[in-house]
Amino acid sequence: MNFSAYALYKKDFHSELRTRYAINSLVMFIIVAISVILFSIGNEKITQSLTDGLFWVVIFFSAMSGLARAFVSEEERGTSLTLHLIASPSTVFSGKLLFNLILVFCMNIIIALLYAALFDSFIIRNFALFTVAFILGNIGLAVASTIIAAIISKAGAKGTLYPVLSFPILLPLILTSVQLTLLSNQGASFADAKVELAIVFCYDVIMLTASYMLFDFVWKD
Amino acid sequence: MVWKIFLFLLLAFVCVAGIAFPIVPDPHAWYQFPLIPGLKENAKIIFFHVPTAWLSVIAFLMSTIYSIKYLRKKNLDDDAKSYAAAQLGIIFTILATITGAVWAKFAWGAFWSWDPRQTSIFALLLIYGAWFALRSSIESEEKRATLSAVYSIIAFLTVPFFVFIMPRIMRGLHPGSLGDSNSGPVIDFKMNANMELIFFLSLIGFTILYFWMWNIGYKSIILKDRINKHSIRE
Repeated sequence: MNFSAYALYKKDFHSELRTRYAINSLVMFIIVAISVILFSIGNEKITQSLTDGLFWVVIFFSAMSGLARAFVSEEERGTSLTLHLIASPSTVFSGKLLFNLILVFCMNIIIALLYAALFDSFIIRNFALFTVAFILGNIGLAVASTIIAAIISKAGAKGTLYPVLSFPILLPLILTSVQLTLLSNQGASFADAKVELAIVFCYDVIMLTASYMLFDFVWKD
Repeated sequence: MVWKIFLFLLLAFVCVAGIAFPIVPDPHAWYQFPLIPGLKENAKIIFFHVPTAWLSVIAFLMSTIYSIKYLRKKNLDDDAKSYAAAQLGIIFTILATITGAVWAKFAWGAFWSWDPRQTSIFALLLIYGAWFALRSSIESEEKRATLSAVYSIIAFLTVPFFVFIMPRIMRGLHPGSLGDSNSGPVIDFKMNANMELIFFLSLIGFTILYFWMWNIGYKSIILKDRINKHSIRE
């Protein structure tokens, strides 16, 4: 990662701090989503596998509500042409990816803390496995949703299209991550989760490589 | 012209043979199929279900190959080829889903049970659906071709996860899944020679049919584009 990508990230970070649009709406979205789940559960005792599934449902929809901003905001403000002038496509992608990565990590840590506090059946028994799976899953989520966000912003920022396009791409990641979360909540060892961890890792590498190769075509009109 | 008659005879033979040839415990005559434990009479779906599933992946692969070609050469004809392949692909995916669900009703007792294979074919349907939704949302031809090509390449990268990895790590009901001991005709062919012959004839016949349909499909798309441009210019 070079210096200009970091500069681009700082630009996004400062404009975010000025309005706090993404942070505010994301936090509110998470609270709304979790309270809807809590209301619909009521006094029901839910199983561990259902809790872990719902955990990733909240993560997926929060990501879908917040991550498209990175590129859509550039198109809305008409600043994408300036970016064309000052930076190469891979730099632009690195900067946006860095911003989205940090956003995804903040968002998912909040979700995980709220889940641990509010759901009785969400108990992490193997914390190291959970952390590794969580980090790998977040990287995959950020990479895949950043490149889809770039496609969406060029397609005229259709809000409803974003989850539709992202879901099939994210499905292998989500299915494996649900499995991994369940394993770590059951206290499985690293050896038990070896195959799942390998899949998530492969997914991250494949998506990262493909995104960098294909972003040029999306970015240049 | 000759090959069209040949294709008709081939597919007619495959349909008749696949449906009518009996399954017996110990086959002697050339027209008898062996009994595969765990599949029984239901095994006959292999002549129709497997080719459609095979073609739904082949169509997706071709759509991606022509997407890559488009990104390299920026020739709109390649986009038409990719589009025609995807149009056929979604038809074959729906056929594979339906034949699979009907088979599942008799073999497993329910039309749908989220077996890894069923999950994968559902994801393939979702990808095709999203791809067509993306295409219909963009007005400009070049932009539509570029963005849908990029999406199709990214989506194709997830196919290995669904087709090859998921069924191996999750326990499933489908023949060839993890923990399947007696009925695995997809992986190790427990068929006898004539059953294999008809299976491969069916695969070849359906593949030729697909390429013929694809050929007509993309030519009609290119011609339609040309007529549209012509009428705009006048």
